[in-house]
This record gives sequence, structure tokens and C-alpha cells, in this order.
Amino acid sequence: MTELLVGTRKGLFVLEGEAGSQFAITTRAFVGEPVDYAMRDARTGRLFAAVTSPFWGPRVWFTDDEPGAGEWQPARGVALPKGGEEALKRVWVIAAGEADGLVYAGGDPGVLFESRDDGETWQLNQALWEHPTRPRWRRDSGGLSVHAIVPWPGEPQRLALAISAAGVWLTDDGGATWSHGNEGIVADYLPEEARATAIDLCVHHLERAPQRPERLFLQFHGGVYRSDDAGRSWIDIAAGLPHDFGFPVVLDPADPDSAFVIPVTTEDRVTDGSVVVWETRDAGATWMPRDRGLPQSNAWLSVLRQAFAATGSGPGLELYFGATSGEIFGSADAGASWFGVATRLPAIASVRAG
Amino acid sequence: MAMVRLRGQLEKLAGSSQLSIEGGTVTELLQALEEEHPGLEGWFLDERGVLRQHINVFVNGEPVEPDATVEEKDRIEILPAISGG
Repeated sequence: MTELLVGTRKGLFVLEGEAGSQFAITTRAFVGEPVDYAMRDARTGRLFAAVTSPFWGPRVWFTDDEPGAGEWQPARGVALPKGGEEALKRVWVIAAGEADGLVYAGGDPGVLFESRDDGETWQLNQALWEHPTRPRWRRDSGGLSVHAIVPWPGEPQRLALAISAAGVWLTDDGGATWSHGNEGIVADYLPEEARATAIDLCVHHLERAPQRPERLFLQFHGGVYRSDDAGRSWIDIAAGLPHDFGFPVVLDPADPDSAFVIPVTTEDRVTDGSVVVWETRDAGATWMPRDRGLPQSNAWLSVLRQAFAATGSGPGLELYFGATSGEIFGSADAGASWFGVATRLPAIASVRAG
Repeated sequence: MAMVRLRGQLEKLAGSSQLSIEGGTVTELLQALEEEHPGLEGWFLDERGVLRQHINVFVNGEPVEPDATVEEKDRIEILPAISGG
């Protein structure tokens, strides 16, 4: 049985089902409120939700009960310093760290929070908050956000972040210091003479290959890239894709040469009438379309950066993506074919599978 | 002391549906409310100390601005605004 945690504009939806057939909605939470992200920490089973209440502000919630069976608790400390000029706008992502009790949350305005007690209390990462380059960071259409947090398996001190629009950030000392990882990324939305020193890089998503952690894949605002040196430099691997624009990236955890992307047109940021997932199994040298079972006409879907998820690996890899149209599609065979999971949900912001 | 009436999640976090709070203005009263009841921290005022955009505050049934004066025995209600969707 597969569980999907689906963050939508009108609440958290939990779906369950067997890969290959329609899933059932088993419960809802935060009804009517925007849920930007939800995940289950596999180490503890604890559920997390990032809720951006238009009334009461952004907040991380957690529960150890099964969805619908108990109470959600508000986490403490997910806030900017009091008395300053900025306020937290939203939490974009929550990720398990590589040490007991360590959990991360990323949000707008370009902030990272850390918890060492399984998400009950949190602290702002000061080094990133006070980074001297911050005045040069730029907002994209979604805000200024830490939206991807990528730990290094087995090494709790090493972490990569994606910030829109401030590029890739790396730490090897648990967040005490941060360095850029932007070499090779080309921002063609900037004048040529500005690109070499640009910090305002609009990275859309970042994923690390667990079997080869120095390898990462990146979907950019016009470009798909691969790094083989832990994110310090990047190689353009978009050749062969119909469009180099898109938002999410997903990997097969068993194959460090794999990646799945959902290209959309640069002009309107939706699929170009047909929905196609593209797969590489040679680290981006070639790409193959995977569209069997996906709509191939009159389909202009928007799939946001957190709305594509994987569970399992290898031949048992299951893939799921949700669109702002409220539809969810899934694959039980690593993308070879696709089935309808759910329809008519509110606009989908995130999908996590487990 | 003014009387603040809380409903729903706010009541649960405060542990009471009615709280007596002192404050010269609405903003000062909300600051005191959050300080005296840490579970409510950040629910009314953001980190800048600004009233959240889609909250309405009523004093004795009348909508007021954050800098409105609060008198002894005023009844305060804090409600979601329809502008929040």
C-alpha cells in the first residue's frame, strides 16, 4: 500500500492505494488552508505539514498519530528574529537530516531552520540568514525561498540547498559556513556580461543520487544540469529535451545515472498540450519520453517543484506527480506507463510518497 | 484590564476562551497576549510586530485599527478577515 501526502491550496489530502489503480482519499487536514508541503519522517513515522494560514501566518505542524486520528501540534521557533524588518512568509520544504533528531525546514525569505528534537523546536540558521551576499538575492515569481534541502547520506555535516533566486548553497560544517555551488549554470535571463558573477540564479529543484552522493541533478529556470563534484560545478544535460524549462526533478535511488523531469514551455510554464515525463539512465547523455497513459492532447498542466515524488527503487520504483489542475498521475513501473491516481483535488503544491 | 475572547484553535492554544489582558493600544494588548501565553506567539503579530494582514480586531463589536486605544473593561475579539479567503 502506498501513501501519498498531497499539499494543496485547500488543505492536506492523504491518499492510499495500490500502485496501478486509483487511490482513495483517506483523510484531510488543515481543511481550507494552504498546505505547501507535507512529509513523513521515515525514521520516526512523524508527520509534518507546512501550512501557510492567510490569517495566522506560516507554521510547521507535526503529529505522531495517523492522519485523521489525532491532534496536530504547532512546532515552536519557526520564525525570524523579532523586531526586525522581515517576517517569515512561508515554509516551502521539510527534510530529514542525517543525525538522530535532526530535521530541516526551508522557507521564504531564503531561510533555513534546524531542529534537533525531531521537529518540535526549531532554530534559524544564522550563518545563512546573515550571509553578506543576501542583499543580492532576488525573488522569483514564487518568492525568495529555500525550497530544496538535500542531505548527504551518512554525513550530517554536509548539505546542499537550492534557493530561488540565489542559486545552490553548500555546507560541509553543518551550516556554520556556506559557499556557492553555481559554476557552469547559465542564466540566459541575464545579460551576458552579468552572468559570470551572478548570484540571483533561479534554481527550481535539486536532488542528490543516494548511491553516489557527489552527484546531483538540478532543474533550472531554463536548463537541466548535473554535478559530479557535490554541487560545486554543473554540466548542461538539457540536450535532447523538448524544453529545458520545468520545475521538479526526481531520481531512482538505486541508479545514480537516472533522473526524471517534466518539461514545460518557457513562455507559459505549462506542458505544451501533451504531458510527457522524460527519463535519463545515462546521467543526461540521452533522454527518453515516458508518456504511455498520460494525456496527449489538450493538456496544459503545471507541475510545481515539490509535486513530483518517488518511492521504492529499481524495478519497483513508483512515481507520482500532481498538477495545479488537481490531478495526480502515478507509475508503478518506473515511468514506463502511467495511471490516474486522483482527480478534482484543489491546486496541488506538493506530493510525497511512501 | 480588557477582556479578550478567543475561539477555536486560539482558545485551545491559550487554554481559555476568555483572557484578561492589559494594553494601551490594540497592538500593545496583542503583544502582551502573546508574551503571557507563549502558545499564541506569532499568531496575531508577525516578527516585525505588525498585525497580520488578514486579521480583524473588534473592540466592543466595532472594527478598529491596530493603533486604537483599549480601555478598561473593553471586550476584544480577534477574527479572521474575509479578505483572507
